[in-house]
Amino acid sequence: MEGNVRLLINNISVVYSDVIQVLKGVSLTIREGQIVSLLGSNGAGKTTTLKAISGLLKPENGRVTEGSIEYDGKAVQNSSPEEITRKGIIQVLEGRQEFKYLTVEENLRVGTATRWGKPYQKDLDLVYHYFPALLARKRAMAGYCSGGELQMLVIGRALMAHPMLLLLDEPSLGLAPLLVKEIFQIIKRINEEQAATLMVVEQNANMALQIAHYGYVMENGKIVMENSAQELRENPDVKEFYLGTAASGTLKSYKDVKAYKRRKRWL
Amino acid sequence: MRKLQFHPCGNFNVSYKEELAIFDTDFGRLWMWIGMLLLFAVVPFISSAYFLYILNTIGIYAIAAVGLNLLIGFTGQISLGHGAFFGVGAYAGAILATRLGFPFWLSVPLAGVVASGVGMIFGLPSARLKHLYLCIATLAGQFIVDYVLVQWESLTGGAMGIVVPSASLFGLDLGSDRSFFYVVFICFVLMTWIAVNLIRTRIGRAFIAIRDNDRAAEGMGIPVFPYKLLSFAVSSFYAGFAGALYAYYMMSITPEPFNLGLSIEYVAMIIIGGLGSIPGAVFGSVFIVSLNEVLSMITEYLMNIGASTGVALTIAPLREFIYGLAIVLFIIFEPKGLAEVWRIVRSSFRLWPFSY
Amino acid sequence: MEFFLQLLVNGLSLGFLYALSALGFVMIFKSSSVLNFAHGELMAIGAFIFLALSAWAGLPILLAFVFTMIGSFTLGFILEKFFLRPLIGEALIQVIMLTLGLALMFRGLLLFIFGGDIHDYPDFLPEALTIQWGAINIPSVYVAAFIIGILFLILFGLFFKYSSQGIYMRSVADNQPAALSLGVHVRRVFALSWAIAGLVCAISGIVLGIINGINVHELSSIGLKVFPVVILGGLDSIGGAILGGIIIGLLESFTGGYISTSLREIIPYIVLIFILMVKPYGLFGLVEIERV
Repeated sequence: MEGNVRLLINNISVVYSDVIQVLKGVSLTIREGQIVSLLGSNGAGKTTTLKAISGLLKPENGRVTEGSIEYDGKAVQNSSPEEITRKGIIQVLEGRQEFKYLTVEENLRVGTATRWGKPYQKDLDLVYHYFPALLARKRAMAGYCSGGELQMLVIGRALMAHPMLLLLDEPSLGLAPLLVKEIFQIIKRINEEQAATLMVVEQNANMALQIAHYGYVMENGKIVMENSAQELRENPDVKEFYLGTAASGTLKSYKDVKAYKRRKRWL
Repeated sequence: MRKLQFHPCGNFNVSYKEELAIFDTDFGRLWMWIGMLLLFAVVPFISSAYFLYILNTIGIYAIAAVGLNLLIGFTGQISLGHGAFFGVGAYAGAILATRLGFPFWLSVPLAGVVASGVGMIFGLPSARLKHLYLCIATLAGQFIVDYVLVQWESLTGGAMGIVVPSASLFGLDLGSDRSFFYVVFICFVLMTWIAVNLIRTRIGRAFIAIRDNDRAAEGMGIPVFPYKLLSFAVSSFYAGFAGALYAYYMMSITPEPFNLGLSIEYVAMIIIGGLGSIPGAVFGSVFIVSLNEVLSMITEYLMNIGASTGVALTIAPLREFIYGLAIVLFIIFEPKGLAEVWRIVRSSFRLWPFSY
Repeated sequence: MEFFLQLLVNGLSLGFLYALSALGFVMIFKSSSVLNFAHGELMAIGAFIFLALSAWAGLPILLAFVFTMIGSFTLGFILEKFFLRPLIGEALIQVIMLTLGLALMFRGLLLFIFGGDIHDYPDFLPEALTIQWGAINIPSVYVAAFIIGILFLILFGLFFKYSSQGIYMRSVADNQPAALSLGVHVRRVFALSWAIAGLVCAISGIVLGIINGINVHELSSIGLKVFPVVILGGLDSIGGAILGGIIIGLLESFTGGYISTSLREIIPYIVLIFILMVKPYGLFGLVEIERV
């Protein structure tokens, strides 16, 4: 299923405060209708990649210094978040950035900011259809909701914006395993039913690779591996370092780790 | 003897003791002694009476500003009532001297103690309030103190104020600007020394922890409320101490100067100087007092010119305008204050010509 | 008894004026969490623009009013753009100090242009608005203030609670990065809220000017009186601001009538401290939800 290219990141480098280089030449492609997952350890530059796409680098004094980000064939790097969101790229921030003092429904309504003045009732119904838990809590202040409800809330809020490309940053952060499963099922359904293109940044590689079509692995601001999710799941290195399901339970020698590091350098 | 250090070439501290040191190098220490020598042995003898008057005012304000910086810059509790505590100190000093006949050396610190008591009372809301709300509670404190100073006529003499006897110490008369200069600046050096060392102790670290995140500080076992109160007490002590010096220096006091404007001036001093920096408080008071003096000189000059042309009185409000403008510009263009400018200037000198 | 009733009526109308002047303040706080210490000066600017246009330039009242509204709307906009925007992300105290500095600037400028005397508007309110009820007399200005106050209360209440733009404004105050990620035009929200606040300030300044005469010092001291009013009601609650205003107005009126006139000025602040000790977020304010 090779759809059209939705987003093309071409060899970008991102620098914070003019001195700290976080991304050192990242290239990736997102095709229409796909779920692409981006894996990597802490500090690998996953969140920065997302922020580079959604334009949220600017408030943090970051900048795309080289390379280009093309969305539907048009360059969008270093545009303001207002412009980018209006093109249909919506990012769900890491760590549930809910609006504490707004009710659940009001939180969802903020999602309509990109198309202010248009009717939104149908979208509300859609979100409640995906997340019935929110319907029960719609008059509750978001600050008093549980972590799971909040994660649903922020995903729902992003859905309200009719995203063409939805960027999810760690949707499983701090959630119970069962809830993680549920959230990922819903993400999959959103992808299938709404024909939305998604990019998921995850620590929980196992979950992410189950629902994704394609995956990238980042390390130290570079893409070190890319393949279809299927292939990645089978890859021995990914298995060992991200899935934690090494072939055997035996102790690995330091030599093996070094061999991996050496291999990785050439990837 | 240990090797003298003159030029730091990076931060290579290997122990907490080094980290806590006030001077990075012996060079800095040397400069401080040179500065002190100039201040006490040269400045009073080459300055005119008017200049000494300005310096004394700066010294008095700087003591109070250092205190306020302990509260706002280090403990993070915003207070808009510092001018009132300064006033409480001034009145306490004056009343102790006139009614109870206390000598100068006793009434000034006692005035500080009285002010710190009042400060603690208005610090009580900090138990439950933070940020904006606390700031407004202290604003209320400012108005209440103002009111009491005017209305409690039997004690404060109401709007008439109190005439304070001239200060004397061990039989020496301190009435002249020059002798008072020594009093002010010895007190200033002492109080600054205490402040600099206070923030290096357990107490100071608790203050900073509360400023950065009081919930987390509480979680680390710091009793937040007592420390907040302590911070209010210490800072008002500084204000009261400075206030009493002010009362002695001015020889007569009325409630008028201790209004909200003075509190704003103090906050402006520490912001312009640099929050959370002791030298910053000093820079700030130098800046604000000099600005005040320069502006009043200019308005006076213009008024003298204007007196003949008839536009005299209308120029006075422009002084307020420029004063406000200076504060606004400072906050927009140099939000970290003069202390930051000073740091940049110093390090660019040190690194010159290889600034990378 | 009659004295009591007159005090009650005085207190209520005074309270309504306070409430009206607090509205613009709450507006700014709700959307950008800025505590505006230049509030009284903004009111004074509105009042003086209207004075200059109506009494001095001799424009018809309605036209002068419309121009004043446009002027103060623009002023709010400019203030945000040139003074507040560079400070986005700075600490609370810097923002407070900036508005204090602005207050000094405005006061100096107004005193320079208009002097410290009390000015008066020409009479233009219809006498028919005056309410005479037994021995109690409510002048037409107070009735007008009441009507304007109620109107604004309802308008703003509906605006913030139900309109999308109002919800966007609240979302920005709540969590700026998240609002940005959803495409809320944060800069536009700030500019708009300051502009609207400027407009509301001008209206309350004019109303206050009609009643007390227009004087820079007077208006800026009322600007400070806004603090007990809004704190009492809770900083971000418009209904609370109205109720807070009325409570403070009544308190002042009764204290002035029965206890002493000098205590009158200070009683709001004393009450304020006690309220804050008991209910730190005011009567209707949002309790700050804090998670470490």
